[in-house]
Amino acid sequence: MTTSSTTSDPSVSAEADPHAGTLGKLAGRFGDGVFTTSRFRDNLRLHVSPARLFELLSSLRDDCGFAFLAELGGTDFLGYPGWSRARFQVHYVLRDLERNERLTVLAGVDEPRPALPSATPLWEGANWMEREVYDMYGIEFRGHPDLRRILMPEEFAAFPLRKDYPLRGRGERHNFTRLTRGES
Amino acid sequence: MALTPTSGPTSASDSNAAPARPSTSSSIATFSPSDPPVPENTILTSLDAVVNWCRKNSLWPMPFATACCGIELMAVGASRFDIARFGAEVMRFSPRQCDLMIVAGRVAMKMMPVLQRIWLQMPEPKWCISMGACASTGGVFDTYAVVQGFDRFMPVDVYIPGCPPRPEQILRAVMDLQTKIQRGGSLNGTALPEMLDHEQLAASARALTARVSVAERGREERFGYRLPGGPGLVGVDETR
Ligand code: SF4
Repeated sequence: MTTSSTTSDPSVSAEADPHAGTLGKLAGRFGDGVFTTSRFRDNLRLHVSPARLFELLSSLRDDCGFAFLAELGGTDFLGYPGWSRARFQVHYVLRDLERNERLTVLAGVDEPRPALPSATPLWEGANWMEREVYDMYGIEFRGHPDLRRILMPEEFAAFPLRKDYPLRGRGERHNFTRLTRGES
Repeated sequence: MALTPTSGPTSASDSNAAPARPSTSSSIATFSPSDPPVPENTILTSLDAVVNWCRKNSLWPMPFATACCGIELMAVGASRFDIARFGAEVMRFSPRQCDLMIVAGRVAMKMMPVLQRIWLQMPEPKWCISMGACASTGGVFDTYAVVQGFDRFMPVDVYIPGCPPRPEQILRAVMDLQTKIQRGGSLNGTALPEMLDHEQLAASARALTARVSVAERGREERFGYRLPGGPGLVGVDETR
């Protein structure tokens, strides 16, 4: 396990760190190089490659007690100043409700065909959240039982939260027949 | 009210209910002194005027409330503002039983086919009120998913401005629509013949101003940022 130099916070001592137990367990299970960590205030974030994502998530659920997937979402960093990682980032916010611990797992995926393993075998609640990420960013979740659009209509062709999709769309909102008083 | 042949050809129970068409009113104004007297408690008017008078005072709204405007619409139905005073309190959630569509709130592009279908399911004669900035123009929601005024795809009789409109404005719209129903329409025809002319006029106006709206609305960078994909297609191509 490596800790990225930019974000290690000297003020977080080992005793006061609420995540020390979890990090210890993960270090025992995974060797170096599987994930990196970063911190912002009291948030712990684990950056992991798509190839090891499912393994890390199952270990967090089964060994470390993170039984609850609180949130799953995506971000498009196209054109973000100073960004050097993969274009899309999917975040999984996990909670351990017994010890009141919370951490975030971040996985980056890149074009041309962004894809991640689905988390539905671990948490049923991931189903609709992954469908939403698929709907908005076109990130495919392999192994998802029912990967359809959830918000946009089925025939919608684009992924509207991608940054290269224009805010007002490409005319989809005005692609309807016109009913007149004489016809209706 | 009693009428005699010499006291004038026609009257009706209220002044709004004057005969809708000059042609019909002149056709019943052919009394001569030799006709038998009209008995007491008799009202003469045109059938269209009576039917319109009945229709305008018993509108059955279809509350198509998709957003915050719907809350205001509910207030109009409740006791304080009391749309029952205008005979339009029977809100039905089946389009088959309604003759007044009130679209209250933004119409998403996924909802537009649903709205059209509900409109087609309503029996004739029917009318439509576009309530609020969002229903009429898209309001502040100028995004890919929101229809910029559902009147682009459906006939509308009365527009209500406001975000949301005050309940009084909705009552005013109902009263305006009542006036409109009384003026136009016939016994069994599609309600408002002048709407056809109006729609043609509106279509030509849209064609005239299309270029202006592209120039005005096509500059996405006016918000201070530039989207990587370039500006969206807005204006004339988008609306056709
Ligand atoms: S016009 Fe205002 S109140 Fe009405 S739906 Fe739009 S945002 Fe809501």
